[in-house]
Amino acid sequence: MSDADAGADAQGRSRPEVTDTPLRVEGMSKHFGGITAVDGATFEVERGTLTGLIGPNGAGKSTTFNLITGMLTPDAGTVSFEGEDITGLEPYEIADRGLVRTFQIARELQEMTVLENMMLAPKGQRGERLWRSVLPVARRDVVDQETELLDRVWEILEFFEIEHLAEEYAGNLSGGQRKLLEMARALLTDPDVLLLDEPFAGVNPTLERRLLDHIHELRDRGYTFLLVEHDMDLIMENCRHVVVMHQGRILTEGTPEKVKADEEVIEAYLGGDV
Amino acid sequence: MSTADSARQLWEADATKILVVLAAIYATYLLSGLVLGYSLRGQLNSIASLTFYIGVFATLALALNLHWGYTGLFNIGVVGFMAVGIYVMAFVSKPLYGSGGAAQVGGLGLPIPVGILAGMVAAALLGFVVALPALRLRADYLAIVTIAMSEIVRFTFLSSTFQQFQVPHTLAGDWTRVGFGGGSGLILDFPDPLLALIDVLGLSTVYDGLVGLVGTVVPNNPDPIVHSLVYGLVLLGVVAGYFWLLKRTGESPFGRVLKAIREDEDVARALGKNTGRFKITSFMLGCALMGLVGILWLMGQGAVTPNFFRPRLTFFVWIALIIGGAGSNTGSVAGGAIFAAVLYQGPLYFQNLVTSVFQPGDAPGSFGPAVAPLIANFDPVPFLLYTLDSVRQLQLVVMGVVLIWLMHNRPEGMLGHRKETAAAIPLVGRSEQGERTDADAVGTDPTPAGDASGGERDE
Amino acid sequence: MGFTESFTGPWRLTADRVLAAVFVAVGLLFLVDLFWGLLISGSISFSRLGSLAWDGLMRGLVIGLAGIGLSMTYSILNFANFSHGDYITSGAFAGWATTYLLAGLGRADVGSLLLVGAGGSVLGGALDIGVTTTPVAVVAGIVVAGVATVLLALGLDRVVYEPIRSESGITLLITSIGVAFALRYLIQFVFGSDVRGTTAAGSIPQLQLYFVDGVVRIDAHDVTLLAVTVGLMLGVHVLLQTTKLGKAMRAMSDDEDLARITGIPTERVVRATWIIGGGLTGISGYVFVLWKGTLGFNDGWLLLLLIFAAVILGGIGSIYGAIAGGLIIGVTASVSVLWIPSAFSRAAAFVVMIVILLVRPQGLFSGRSTA
Repeated sequence: MSDADAGADAQGRSRPEVTDTPLRVEGMSKHFGGITAVDGATFEVERGTLTGLIGPNGAGKSTTFNLITGMLTPDAGTVSFEGEDITGLEPYEIADRGLVRTFQIARELQEMTVLENMMLAPKGQRGERLWRSVLPVARRDVVDQETELLDRVWEILEFFEIEHLAEEYAGNLSGGQRKLLEMARALLTDPDVLLLDEPFAGVNPTLERRLLDHIHELRDRGYTFLLVEHDMDLIMENCRHVVVMHQGRILTEGTPEKVKADEEVIEAYLGGDV
Repeated sequence: MSTADSARQLWEADATKILVVLAAIYATYLLSGLVLGYSLRGQLNSIASLTFYIGVFATLALALNLHWGYTGLFNIGVVGFMAVGIYVMAFVSKPLYGSGGAAQVGGLGLPIPVGILAGMVAAALLGFVVALPALRLRADYLAIVTIAMSEIVRFTFLSSTFQQFQVPHTLAGDWTRVGFGGGSGLILDFPDPLLALIDVLGLSTVYDGLVGLVGTVVPNNPDPIVHSLVYGLVLLGVVAGYFWLLKRTGESPFGRVLKAIREDEDVARALGKNTGRFKITSFMLGCALMGLVGILWLMGQGAVTPNFFRPRLTFFVWIALIIGGAGSNTGSVAGGAIFAAVLYQGPLYFQNLVTSVFQPGDAPGSFGPAVAPLIANFDPVPFLLYTLDSVRQLQLVVMGVVLIWLMHNRPEGMLGHRKETAAAIPLVGRSEQGERTDADAVGTDPTPAGDASGGERDE
Repeated sequence: MGFTESFTGPWRLTADRVLAAVFVAVGLLFLVDLFWGLLISGSISFSRLGSLAWDGLMRGLVIGLAGIGLSMTYSILNFANFSHGDYITSGAFAGWATTYLLAGLGRADVGSLLLVGAGGSVLGGALDIGVTTTPVAVVAGIVVAGVATVLLALGLDRVVYEPIRSESGITLLITSIGVAFALRYLIQFVFGSDVRGTTAAGSIPQLQLYFVDGVVRIDAHDVTLLAVTVGLMLGVHVLLQTTKLGKAMRAMSDDEDLARITGIPTERVVRATWIIGGGLTGISGYVFVLWKGTLGFNDGWLLLLLIFAAVILGGIGSIYGAIAGGLIIGVTASVSVLWIPSAFSRAAAFVVMIVILLVRPQGLFSGRSTA
């Protein structure tokens, strides 16, 4: 696929007919035994923006992520994506609709090379049907598609500037490189909204800058991001909309300025364990 | 040099390894037979049975590798699928009851290929039923479910309930007596499958010629020798077929998802893969392949009994797989061959050799009389005789110890971790892509599976 | 596994409920049929049901007692021990060698007695073995069965399991299959492959209990089995509830890393696990043989899958679960012959286990570890 295609792709992404809030969470709750991990969380993510989800340790951010992406099922409330109720769908069904996540601890597939990791991600691979991959004539199709995919993979590797690592086993990458790989891999699934779970944890400042630049560039191309982050300053500087969680509840949300001024937020952070 | 190139070299080295292993095994068998004065007939027979066991264990290890090595499904019910394979095949292909012969029950009288297909499909369907819980259970729970299933299968074929029963066999509603024979076994009274195959391929004259040729060196009744040797060769062909199929499965987008599932299923699901479907497909394919081995193992043996399918046979396959290294097809074949030659046939061959060369007297009937002389007057002979006589039990002790040793020292097996790339095309450095295709001897066919089987034949 | 286990979708949730409802309905159907047979059609006699249930209770107690050991190693050492069945066999042979020796000293040569009459050299019936006829030999046998299995378990742990303690549960499981092979066929090598009668069947005192429409027979060995197994179960209960060791075990089965950090001497807990588990397992093997009156090298292996079924049924890590699971499995296997051919009684037990795994994979007594 050429650059022009990629551009068209990005344009095609801005669908005017659907609402401007692809992801909505309403009244979502989750209990583990006696503990309420998420308590009636309600928020929205606006199209083409970076939305930050912050809060102290144990605020329920990761659980929120797991609930949105189907890794866990909420006890109450709904998650809707592009106007469709996706509450309780299987993770793969949610990912298939264009809502894709990364993990807090980068979960690269260690014994697969960077290229294999990347090739895994794209949707609609014909060769994922066993018979197509095995039968002699049908396999030709598969091989053709693989060749196309490989081109796309190279483009994205180059975008993230990790093409020199292409043949490395993912297990041999540094922490920061794994984060890049994970984001690149998620991007290959052709998502509309990307959920990044602490993408900057354990990443050195130079790489953090690079990652941020990539995220901003992708946002400009029409992607939507929801970031879980620990580092309040980072979120305040980069996000247009910020959601603050504390003890499972949404404390407040709004622009960074509004959130910064909020007494409760200051309380939560200074009184909390950060 | 790119990783793909070195991976290719590694593969070639692996293919060499298989051939070296096989050559070493055959050379050892032939030489020790020669040195100890085995007859030519004995030599040929031992080679034929060795080939047979190499064939069945290599194919079983390959099928198990698809489950465990590729997908991470811990199946210890292998015998259950084998049993269903041969029993359903017999059910379908045995001649109708009353068409002559000594069999207590008949079958549906359909052609052998139909029976083979039915056996494989039945094994795959059983696999589907077992794989449903597999989707949600931990690996060790699946282990217990599969082994329990294999025992249920064995009990079913053992039971007198299904020993014989009636089924309609024509649209007009004629009933015929069929069944699984119960504990006394089932006579497989269909025509000899190998000869039928040779007939269909139009190779009867070649086969007869071979019999004549062998007849010049082994004048007395060469037919069974040729038959078992040719059957062994057919099995090796099946090994090659399985190898090709699994290599092709592994080197594809399908295999890539399996690899991802084995490493971290959550990641595969977060990337939009319906991992349940992949696991079921992989499991069913492996089960069908196991069913086919069950058929190939027993259809030429004249009869089948349920107690052939005890769980220990499953563990034999596991040992074979672990010797070679789970995840590697090459390792599975090598492991199957080494297991068959060294651990499975080796001790019996050794016993045969020693018995035929030294012609020892009768062994004591139990442990007591065997050790008593050793303790009383340091006479080790009865104990040695007893040991030699107990080779069948001791070889299982040895297998157990080998398994423990492997898990301690070489848990990844002889050939180490799987390094085969999971893609339908070589995943190489971008700059090298062009050069590679030109330099590649089989450049027109980019599928690595193509070179793989080709490479094997070249060697 | 993490997410994978906690994960549930709406489809799955309803499918679960449907599945559970179907199984409950099938269970009720059996109950209705049972009552119908007992009360209305009279096709099942109360005494037959009683005899089968009693037989099932006996098997269940053996399975439950052996299951405690399996459940403990499963939760504390984190692997399914496939050699557990052969620990049972080892205990049985060690104990019965002792019993033969004490009961037959002077009547047969020591070697034959120690080999438990391998090759038919001595017959248990001829030695008149039984709990009433040779009580000392039986009690000594029970003790030796326990002690020998403890020593075996500790020895094997040191040589085989300790070096790979940190490996995955699957690695340990495969290793334990190797141990099972080696043990079972060594036993066969030494003691032979024949199944021998061990007790003097004719001279065991028997009680005929009248039960509605017939009799249920209970003999002295039934009572011995009941007393020994229930006594040991109570003992373990007291031990785990009242001692520091019990607390440490619970902590370890919950979270091993946490236990290590909080200073619980994990290796000592591991040793205690093998000692308690091994002892109970060996004794269960002995009383099982005393009860059924025969001994063969395959006995423990044949029990193993039923024990696994019991442990999974009850919830791994719970000793009460193992006992309850054992009783359910034992009674299911015995009573199932009312409906299905006896060839399928073990299959019925497996089916119950698979059903439980499908509907409630965490087991009936989950969430309560070890005690």
